[in-house]
Amino acid sequence: MDNVVKVNIKINGIPFKVNNDRTILEAAKLVQVNIPKLCNHPDLPPSAACGLCIVKIKGSARMSRACTTFVEEGMEITTHDSEIFEIRRTVLELILSNHPNDCLQCPRNGNCELQQLAGDFGIREVDFPKLLVNHPVDNSTGSIVLNPEKCVKCGRCVEVCQIMQNVWAIEFIGRGYNMRIAPSADTFLQDSTCIKCGQCTAHCPVGALYEKSDNSAVWEGLKNPDSHKIVQIAPATRVALGEAFGLEPGAVTTKKMYTILRRLGFDAVFDTNFGADLTIMEEASELVERFSHNKAELPLITSCCPGWVDYLEKFYPEMIPYFSTAKSPHQMVGVLSKTYYAKKMGLDPAKIYSVSIMPCTAKKYEITRAHEMFASGYQDIDVVLTTRELSRMIKASGIDFLNLPDSEADSILGDYSGAGTIFGATGGVMEAALRTAYHLITNKELGNVDFIETRGLKGIKSATVDIEGTPVKIAVAHGIANVGQIMEEIKEAKREGKPLPYEFIEVMACRGGCVGGGGQPYGATDEIRKKRAAGLYQDDRDKVRRCSHQNPYIKELYEEFLGSPLSEKAKEMLHTTYHERPLYNK
Amino acid sequence: MGYRKFVMVCGGEGCGGKESLRIYDNINKELIAEGLKDEIQVVKTGCLGFCGEGPVVKIMPDEILYVNVKADDAGEIVRSLLDDGKEVTRLLYDRKKSTKNVKLPGMDFYQKQFRIILRNCGVINPEDINEYIARDGYMGLERALFELSPEGVIEELKTSGLRGRGGAGFPTWMKWEFTKKAQSETKYVICNADEGDPGAYMNRSTIEGDPHSIVEAMIIGGYTVGAHEGFIYIRAEYPIAIQRLELAIEQARNHGLLGKNILGSSFDFDIELRLGAGAYVCGEETALLASIEGNRGMPRPRPPFPATKGLWGKPTVINNTETWANIPVILTRGGAWYSSIGTETSKGTKVFALTGKVNNSGLVEVPLGTTLREVIFDIGGGIRGGKKFKAAQSGGPSGGVIPEEYLDIPIDFESLKKLGAIMGSGGLIIMDEDDCMIDIAKFYMQFAVDESCGKCSPCRIGGKQLLEALEMISIGKGEMEHLTNLNRICAAMQKASLCGLGQNTPNPVLSTMKYFENEYIEHIQEKKCHSGSCKSLLSYVIDPEKCIGCSLCAMKCPVSCISGEKRKPYTIDQLKCIKCGTCFEVCKFAAVIRE
Repeated sequence: MDNVVKVNIKINGIPFKVNNDRTILEAAKLVQVNIPKLCNHPDLPPSAACGLCIVKIKGSARMSRACTTFVEEGMEITTHDSEIFEIRRTVLELILSNHPNDCLQCPRNGNCELQQLAGDFGIREVDFPKLLVNHPVDNSTGSIVLNPEKCVKCGRCVEVCQIMQNVWAIEFIGRGYNMRIAPSADTFLQDSTCIKCGQCTAHCPVGALYEKSDNSAVWEGLKNPDSHKIVQIAPATRVALGEAFGLEPGAVTTKKMYTILRRLGFDAVFDTNFGADLTIMEEASELVERFSHNKAELPLITSCCPGWVDYLEKFYPEMIPYFSTAKSPHQMVGVLSKTYYAKKMGLDPAKIYSVSIMPCTAKKYEITRAHEMFASGYQDIDVVLTTRELSRMIKASGIDFLNLPDSEADSILGDYSGAGTIFGATGGVMEAALRTAYHLITNKELGNVDFIETRGLKGIKSATVDIEGTPVKIAVAHGIANVGQIMEEIKEAKREGKPLPYEFIEVMACRGGCVGGGGQPYGATDEIRKKRAAGLYQDDRDKVRRCSHQNPYIKELYEEFLGSPLSEKAKEMLHTTYHERPLYNK
Repeated sequence: MGYRKFVMVCGGEGCGGKESLRIYDNINKELIAEGLKDEIQVVKTGCLGFCGEGPVVKIMPDEILYVNVKADDAGEIVRSLLDDGKEVTRLLYDRKKSTKNVKLPGMDFYQKQFRIILRNCGVINPEDINEYIARDGYMGLERALFELSPEGVIEELKTSGLRGRGGAGFPTWMKWEFTKKAQSETKYVICNADEGDPGAYMNRSTIEGDPHSIVEAMIIGGYTVGAHEGFIYIRAEYPIAIQRLELAIEQARNHGLLGKNILGSSFDFDIELRLGAGAYVCGEETALLASIEGNRGMPRPRPPFPATKGLWGKPTVINNTETWANIPVILTRGGAWYSSIGTETSKGTKVFALTGKVNNSGLVEVPLGTTLREVIFDIGGGIRGGKKFKAAQSGGPSGGVIPEEYLDIPIDFESLKKLGAIMGSGGLIIMDEDDCMIDIAKFYMQFAVDESCGKCSPCRIGGKQLLEALEMISIGKGEMEHLTNLNRICAAMQKASLCGLGQNTPNPVLSTMKYFENEYIEHIQEKKCHSGSCKSLLSYVIDPEKCIGCSLCAMKCPVSCISGEKRKPYTIDQLKCIKCGTCFEVCKFAAVIRE
C-alpha cells in the first residue's frame, strides 16, 4: 500500500473511519460484524475460494468478496440481508453436499469450522444430492494423515506449505470437480518433500488433514502391568493445553499436567525442559569450541527442530557440517530415561515405556529418524502424542483437568531452569544458549539474563551480541520460508571469502516457534502465538534459576554419568549424525 | 508483377481440413502445364468465411466464387481462366434455384457483411509481409509513431468507440488509458488468443489469415501505454496459427518493425508467444496471467484489475484478438470512420461463427446493429431442410438462447444483455424444432464442469449439481423441486463465483428456463421430450393396426424385448426396451411409433 490513510465507510448503515489497508472482512470486525468465512486465515494471503464472505457494495451490481476487497473512501457495504443470506446458505449447502456426514466419527467433531458454520446457519437439510469423491487416505508419513474425502478445497494447506513454509509438499492436482489436494507430483506424502511440520494440519478448517493419532497405542501401553511408564512434556505444551479446556492461551498449566499424567497411569513424569537445559550445556559448549578453534566451522546452527532437520537434509545438505550434532531435548530425555534413570532406579530398561507430549507432529518422525535414536539399546522414545491428542485423552478419561491439584515432576529428569522453558518460543533456544555461553566464555554469571533481541514474531531476527568484548553475530528464523535467505547469505559469504553475516543461528520450522507447532490446539494466529510465548517468558521469570548451567540435576547428571559436555559418553548418548536425503523418494 | 488474374484458394480451417491444400497444389501444376505461371497468381489465403460450402476458390478481379471445389476440378478452373475460357457454372453457388449462379457481390451470404476485422483474410497470402504492407499494412503504426502521440492514439480510439470483443465490451480507450497512467517502468500488452468456446474459430481465422494485423496492433498498443514487451497467449491446439505468428514476428523483426528503435522512432518493442495447455479457464484474464507466470491457471479476485496490476504485478493491457485486429485500421482510416459503423453505443463490426441448422454456415462479419433475423435468414440463408427456427444460442457456454420473438433485435452489447444473453466471443448456434433445450443446457453445463478450474465452491460444486439436476430431468427422473434447486444454484453461482466462467455458466440454464419453461415442465411432469433428443424419454410402441407380424423388429431387437405370434401384431416390452430405435428404423410398414 502506498500511503495508508483513514477513510470514511459505512457498514450496514453504521458510519466509521478505518485505515484503507484493511479489507472489508477486517473492517467489519470493528463494528462487531463477523462475516462468515471458511477459506480465509489471518496467517495467509486470502484464497478467495469458498464464496461465503460475499457482501454488497453500493453502486456495484455484483457481490464482492469481503476477504480481498480493500475499503475505499465513501464505500457503503451491506454484509447481511436476505438475498446475501440466501446466497451464502446455498453455497454452504453446496459445500455440505460435497462433504461426508460423519461428524460423529471425525477427529474434528466439536472443533470444526464447517460444523460451526452449518450450526450457525441453522442448516437442517441439504436440498442437493450427495456428491462425494472417492480418494484413498494417505497415512504414509506416520505423522500426518491426508483424507481427501473431507477436503473443502479452501487452499489453506497449499498456501501454508508453499508460501509460509516453502516446502511445496502439497499441491492442487486436477481440475474442476475432480480437483483434489495431493502431495506434489501426486506421490505419497512420505515420498514428497514433506517435513512433517504439521502446519497443514494446524490450518485445515475440517478433518481433511490431521495428526496420526497414537492415543489407542498409549491407552494400550498404559494397561500393561509389567512396564514402567514414563512421560515427558515439552515446554510449548504447558501454555497451550489449557485452551482445549477454555483457558486463555498462555495460561501455564505445568503442575496440573504433571498431576493428570500421574492420574492417567504414568509412573514417572519428566520434563523436556530438563532436556533443554542439557541441550544447552552441549550446544553452548559446541559454540565455544567452534568459536575458539576455527571460524571455518561456523556458523553453528541449532538442530532441535526435527522439521528443520528434515528440511536441511533435503534442501541444504551441503550445510550439514554446520549443524549442531546435539540431539533435541526430547531425544536427550528419551535416551537418559532408559540408561541413566533406569540404572539409578534399578529398572530393566527393556520394561520402560516412554511417551512424550509434544506440540509437534514431526516429533513422531524424529523418534525413528536415525539409529542414534536407539542409543539406549532400545527405541529411546516409544510414542509421541501431540498436545491435541493429550487433550482428547484427558477428556476421554473423565478427569476434571482444570480443578486438579498441582504436583511436581520427578526432578531427576524433570527439574528445569528458566532457560529451558523458553525453548518453546522462537528465539528461546538462542537466548538460553547465550546465557550459558556467557558463563562458559567469561566464567561469570550474567546480571540481566534477558536477551530481548531474540524475542518476537519477526520472521528473521538478527543482532550482534557482545559477550564481554567478543561479538557474536546471531540470527533467529522461524517459519521455514525464512530460512532460504539466511542459507543463501551464508553460502555467498563463504564462496566469496567474506566474513559471515551470522555465526550462530536458531531455526524453528513453525511460525512463533514450538508454541505455534503443528500439534498444538487449533486456531493459532499471531495473537495467540504471542500470548503463548508470553506464558513461557513468565514461567522463565518465575524461576529462581534462569540459566541451564545452574540446574543442580544437570550438574549431578554430568558428575555421575556423562563426565562433561562433549565427552565421549555425552557424544554417544546425546549426539547424532545427519545425512543427505533425496527431495523425492522414487 | 503484371498478373492479370488471381486465384485465391481458401486455406481457412474448414477448407484446409477438406483438402484445399491439394487444390492449391493442383492449380499450381495446371498453371505451369498451361504456361500461365507469369500471368495468373495462385494464392493460399486466409478464411473467406463461407465455411459450410468449402473448399472455396475465389477468382479476382472477376469476383467469382467457386464452392465445394475438389482437387480434380483444378484443370477445369485453370482452363476457365484462359482468354476464351468461360466460368465453371457447376461450381458456382446455387443453394435454391432462385438464387442462381451469382457472383460474389450478389451473393446473399456476403451482401450484408462488412469485413473490417477479416479485411485481409481471403485476399492476401498471410505468409508474405509484403502483401500485408501493400494493403496499408503498418501504416497505422507509422501514423501512431510519427504523427500521433500516445495521447493522440487514445483520442482516436475514444472517437472510434471501440469496445472489447472478448465478451465484456469494455471501452478499449479506457483500458489503455488506465495502463498508460499507471506509474511503472515495466508494463505489458497481451493478446488473448486462447479462444476456447466450442465451435468458435473467429480468432483462429483472423490470426491464420492475417497475423500481421495482430503484430502491428500490439506494437501500437505498446507505444501508447508505455510497454516494451508483448505476449500473445495462444492455445496450443492452433498449430497453424502459431506457425503463422512466428513467421510474421520474424518477418517484422527483419523489417525493423519489431526490436529496438522501430522505424527509427527510438521506441523498442518485441513480442513473445506463450502457448496454452488445454484449459478453457485460461482464457479468463487473471487465469491467463497466472498461466504466463508459470502458476496453476486459476483466477484471482479483481480488483486490482490487470490494467493497473497485471502480469507479475505490473500494469498490463489484455485485449482479445479481435479487438487488436481493429486497431491498425482505426488508425489508418480514422476513429470517425469507424464510429460511423454500428449503433449508438456499439460501434464497428463483429465476427460471428454462424453454425448449426442454417443453410450457409461459416464466419460472417457484420456491422453491430444488424438484426439476428438478417444474419440467420439473409446471410445464413434460413433454416436447413425447411424446418422451423427455435432459438439462437449466442455467446457459447457463457451466453444465452434467444427465441423467435426477439429475432428483430439489433445485435449489440446492450440489447443482448437485456435478453439475458451476451455477444461473447461471437459464437452463434442456430437451433430448430428438433433441438431440445434441456439437451442444449446439459451440453453447455458438461463443458463448464469439465473446464471449471475448481478453486471456488460455487462453480466447482454448483456446476456439478446443475449438471446432475439436468441429467435427472433428461432421463425422466426430474421433479419440480429440481427447478427450484436450479434457480438457487444459478443465483449462487452468478453472485459468488470467483471469475467470469462460474458467473456466466448459469446463463444457458437460466435463459432456457426463462424462454422454454414449458419444455422443462414437459420433461418433468410428462416425462416427454418432444424434440426427440432425450432418448430416455422416448417410447417406442407398435401400432397394432399397421403391424402385420413379420417379426423383423423382433429379430433385430438387441435385447429381445419384442414378442408376438407370426402374422399377429407384435408388442414391445416397455420395461426391457432400451430405446435404441432399431425397430423404428427397420420396420417396413411404419408400424413402430416413436413418442
